[in-house]
Amino acid sequence: MTTALSTAKVEQGATIFHLAEDHHQEEGSSTLLGFWIYLMSDCLIFAVLFATYGVLGGNFAAGPGPKDLFELPLVALNTSMLLFSSITYGFAMLTMAQGRVAATQIWLAVTGLFGLAFLSIELYEFTHMFHIGATPQRSAFLSSFFTLVGTHGLHVTFGTIWLITLMVQVGRYGLIAANRRRLTCLSMFWHFLDVIWIGVFTFVYLMGMLR
Amino acid sequence: MSSDSHAAPAHGHDGHGESHAAGPSHGTLRSYLVGFVLSVILTAVPFWLVMARPIASNEITAVAIMAFAVVQIVVHMIYFLHMDFHSEGGWTMMALIFTLVIVFIALSGSLWVMYHLDTNMMPGQTMGQAP
Repeated sequence: MTTALSTAKVEQGATIFHLAEDHHQEEGSSTLLGFWIYLMSDCLIFAVLFATYGVLGGNFAAGPGPKDLFELPLVALNTSMLLFSSITYGFAMLTMAQGRVAATQIWLAVTGLFGLAFLSIELYEFTHMFHIGATPQRSAFLSSFFTLVGTHGLHVTFGTIWLITLMVQVGRYGLIAANRRRLTCLSMFWHFLDVIWIGVFTFVYLMGMLR
Repeated sequence: MSSDSHAAPAHGHDGHGESHAAGPSHGTLRSYLVGFVLSVILTAVPFWLVMARPIASNEITAVAIMAFAVVQIVVHMIYFLHMDFHSEGGWTMMALIFTLVIVFIALSGSLWVMYHLDTNMMPGQTMGQAP
């Protein structure tokens, strides 16, 4: 390898052992790919949780089952909240691309409100389930249910905190390149959570009602 | 796509321009709206299938809602996450395909192995198993 390189370069008079033009990496040029790979690893976490739910989802231990616990109208409302937040984040990205700071902030705020609405509905659902004794300790079905749906809820929680942080950043520094990059990362995160939610409402809620 | 048109003035110093083409496209208003309308339809139909039960068979309904979920995930990937074969030199797609293979192995393997474990290795257990 080295001999081939040095013989190739020997006509130019000097032996070069490194790529001379490689160290001009623009700042953040690999952030989006790196963040995408993080999302893929997150996807594997959810895959494992889905597999766990798939295996344990039928073990009710004589406790309450999906038909006793799930209220589909509430889940439909929750789903629409997340779907609306996806399109409003898309609008935030479009206004960001046009460089309109105020409009971007408004769409980010709307997205955050939809995210909070989603979390409120989910917390209401969970407290209702806890109230009638359907806690994670009750059965393997409920343990895996709360782990899967709770992990998604935690992701939305941290996504909302991140969103508020970025709104402060944009408010202070404007739509500079670093903030655009961060907003693009959060955009991928947010839409990714919506993709996971498609799996949750199909696999957990809708299939649960069919069991 | 048209993403380069707005990025170009922001980084005018960039001579070779290759690092821009590597970035994700932000999509257009039209693509977001198309994705949103498709998502609403692909969400509403499976909910309707389960809540109104136009198909009596549990199995056919289950297969149908899974199919809707798969289509909706693809719609989200294309219209919201802007997946294509050329962003980041194709590496996002590579990472996605690799992840999907692992997800498929983990999901199908777990369900398959544990189902057979359940049916073959636990005779006479009264764990309140579903049918």
